[in-house]
Amino acid sequence: MAEASQKIAPSKEALDLNVITQTGEEARPMTGHEAIARGVWEAGCRVAAAYPGTPSTEILENLAKYPIEDLHAQWSTNEKVALDVAYGASYGGVRAFCAMKHVGLNVAADALLTEAYIGVNGGLVIAVCDDPGIHSSQNEQDTRMFGKLANVPVLEPSDAQEALEYTRWAYELSEKFDTPIIVRSTTRIAHTRSPVVVGKRQEIEDKGFVERPENIALPTTARLRHPVVIEREHLMEEYFSKSDKTQWIEGNTDVGIVTAGMSYSYVREVLPGVSILKLPATFPFPRDIVRKFCESVKRVIVVEELEPVLETAIAAMGFTVEGKEFFPRAGELSPEVVHEGFAQAGLLKPRKTVDIVEFDQLVRPPVLCSGCPHTGGYMALRALNARVAGDIGCYTLAAMQPLQAMDTCVSMGSSIGTAVGLAKAGNETRPIVATIGDSTFLHGGITGLIDAVYNDADITVLLLNNSTTAMTGGQEHPGTGKTLRGLDTHKVNYADVCRAVGVQSVKEVDSYDLGVLYQAIREATEYKGVSVVIANRPCVLDPVKIKGPAFQIRAAGCTACQSCMNLGCPALSWSDEMLDGHHKIKIDETSCIGCTLCVQICPSDCIRPAAELASA
Amino acid sequence: MSSATTAKPKKTVQKQTAVKGPTNVLIVGVGGQGVIMVSKILARLSQLQGLQVKQSEVHGMAKRGGSVFSHIRFGEEVWSPTIPMGEADVVLGLEWAEGLRWLRYLKPGVGTFISDTKRIVPPFSCRDRRHDARHGYAHHTIAEIVAQVPSAYAPDATGMATELGNERVANTILLGLLSTVMDFPVESWREVLAEFVPPKTLDTNLKAFEAGRAWTKQDHKPLVDDAATQAAPEPLLKREVKLEITESWCKSCDICVKMCPERCLALNDHQIVELVKPEACTGCRVCEWLCPDFAIAVHVSTVPINTISAEAAGEVQA
Repeated sequence: MAEASQKIAPSKEALDLNVITQTGEEARPMTGHEAIARGVWEAGCRVAAAYPGTPSTEILENLAKYPIEDLHAQWSTNEKVALDVAYGASYGGVRAFCAMKHVGLNVAADALLTEAYIGVNGGLVIAVCDDPGIHSSQNEQDTRMFGKLANVPVLEPSDAQEALEYTRWAYELSEKFDTPIIVRSTTRIAHTRSPVVVGKRQEIEDKGFVERPENIALPTTARLRHPVVIEREHLMEEYFSKSDKTQWIEGNTDVGIVTAGMSYSYVREVLPGVSILKLPATFPFPRDIVRKFCESVKRVIVVEELEPVLETAIAAMGFTVEGKEFFPRAGELSPEVVHEGFAQAGLLKPRKTVDIVEFDQLVRPPVLCSGCPHTGGYMALRALNARVAGDIGCYTLAAMQPLQAMDTCVSMGSSIGTAVGLAKAGNETRPIVATIGDSTFLHGGITGLIDAVYNDADITVLLLNNSTTAMTGGQEHPGTGKTLRGLDTHKVNYADVCRAVGVQSVKEVDSYDLGVLYQAIREATEYKGVSVVIANRPCVLDPVKIKGPAFQIRAAGCTACQSCMNLGCPALSWSDEMLDGHHKIKIDETSCIGCTLCVQICPSDCIRPAAELASA
Repeated sequence: MSSATTAKPKKTVQKQTAVKGPTNVLIVGVGGQGVIMVSKILARLSQLQGLQVKQSEVHGMAKRGGSVFSHIRFGEEVWSPTIPMGEADVVLGLEWAEGLRWLRYLKPGVGTFISDTKRIVPPFSCRDRRHDARHGYAHHTIAEIVAQVPSAYAPDATGMATELGNERVANTILLGLLSTVMDFPVESWREVLAEFVPPKTLDTNLKAFEAGRAWTKQDHKPLVDDAATQAAPEPLLKREVKLEITESWCKSCDICVKMCPERCLALNDHQIVELVKPEACTGCRVCEWLCPDFAIAVHVSTVPINTISAEAAGEVQA
């Protein structure tokens, strides 16, 4: 490729646009993740990498606003690679950072569990964002359990100010105790904005690469390191017991609450006056201070979100402790839920709730945008009656009404492997199609595609290429030709990738051309072996908002058949005019972007450019 | 590596005097309406008054037309970033049904409800394929809500904004209205507004702000609700749809099967079209009109509703 030799230099625009340099005493409103980014920058971090994932995405986006000469910040192809990049920088002797959502840690786990043995040269901090309540994830796993599994300390800030302070602190701990550190955030921390007092950037000495035997993970080195890791756990336990970040709030000694992270805020809100032990870290568990606290109160209750991590640890010390009998293991905590828990514990009266007005709640689920290029592909798959293995992205919404064109969805990149399995089961009569977005394909789909070719699976892969990471808000990736900082770079050619791994049937089509798209997918499903259809159209929201001339429905021609309503386009809704007991349709011209999908669907050919109808 | 440290756990004592609870404002709307921007303005205002403030939102699905909400709490001491149900001092809705959705968060009897009467009808509300189906959109009339909430304001902010020449200043009109029920000095509102809105729209925004402030002084006139919110009459007749398929004319072209909006047709073992989901058929006639061979005729008849069993009536749902 010609682009390959092109030198990549920061454009002046990219620098001017994004730079944040001011430091001051005034508290600035920041979200938890803006604060983590600030903490990373202040700690003198030189290299940061991540793959986007709600709610962790904003950390790297914010880091990219700091000067390019201070730190390199990049999107990586997936969380494992991101952690490898950060770890490489740590090997190299500079402070490094990596961010991911909770399920991203599963991808990066292979590296993490061994890095815990090897230790660090430059400090390494990993921000992992859990999603209690499953606002936008596939599960509700608790990263604190991962800390114990991986033997990696887990810090838990309770607000944006602590998010900044703990991040800086994490670098000190990382270098002091020779270990990567996890800063665990949650959706609530991420999306809560509160004033934060910021500091200045630390100048950190560049240590350079240090040759140590344990740099190379081998049975011989790992055997020697494991006892060191266990010893480190004890040292850190002791350290956290004595740390001034461990807060003991003295109050009524009838009840003592042990808590950490966001749960602490709820306890302060709901139950004033009690004794509270707030732990800055949930692993390693600071037994010494916890023992003293438990002995000082008559009854110990743990308030924590998700799994009973603290509760189990206290019970293991031989104390009688309560917690999960009052506070649910599933779902996000809130002042209401915590109040309810304390009511069950007999500490508060139950809350009275009165509905002011009784009414049916409007169902307003998230939908694919008007003009979303994913829509057409799923219309075609419905018409083909395909068995569809889906994947993670906006297009997972195609599983919902009205498209309902997806049968499975598991994790990033799973679609292709799942389709191979469905095909190898040998009992499916319908065509088997894996649907995967461009960013997800690069993240975890390519290995699946190679597997499919290698094992000669009779499947079709529909690659929905909208040239962005749409679900997380439009981040760049290796297929967009731009970096996190907006600089030009090399661009993956999907058709070349598919052919290079041995796919014989590769076709590229326009996502807005329904007829051609349908034919291409139909022919691909008839092909014996692995076939790939690449459907191209940019996302309508990112990187630029697309708005073409709007269409409108010629009411006289509309037969109220509802065919267009099967698209699920948010610009389409019922008009008040009825025909034969059914609503005719109208188009909201401000949201219509002019994609023409409904025009192509309409059996009565009554959808026309709005301007044409207005002038008629 | 050493664990030696001189630090000690931080011990503090719980305050015994009760601190006045924070003021709670809940701002709600649909993705893209500017819920977050309005929240930031209010948070900034609170910060300028020297108060503690926390603002919390969940916006993972915001861009995809979902429901968006933002909690703002300010006061001398704020712990939880979210407002417990039934404790909002103000619920500010940028869209009517979203305002209603969060009404139960309002402090009963004393909370203020402000909502634009703008309606954004989601496609999900237009899914019912039954004969004479109604919108799934909120059916409560504005008058009904206003009558039940002592302090309720339901201006047509979007309409007013359009008159000012920019639909996007509807939020500023609502902020103007909000400023009349809150304690912040009006000058602060104007300053913060100037900080947040694009400079070239400042004039329109300030006009909108004043329009919002003025609105409260008018008599509260419940608006006339549009037809969509009126209760539909109970249907007296049930439609029965029959498809007459002339098998010898069908050439298996599949057009009707592909185009049927309800996906209730299929080709049978002899490659002849068949109605496989009669309960889903709405009698829309698309198959009849599109068949190149006139092989399908749709017959719609009506029967009085009391002659069919309730069970059978239930099956009509698409």
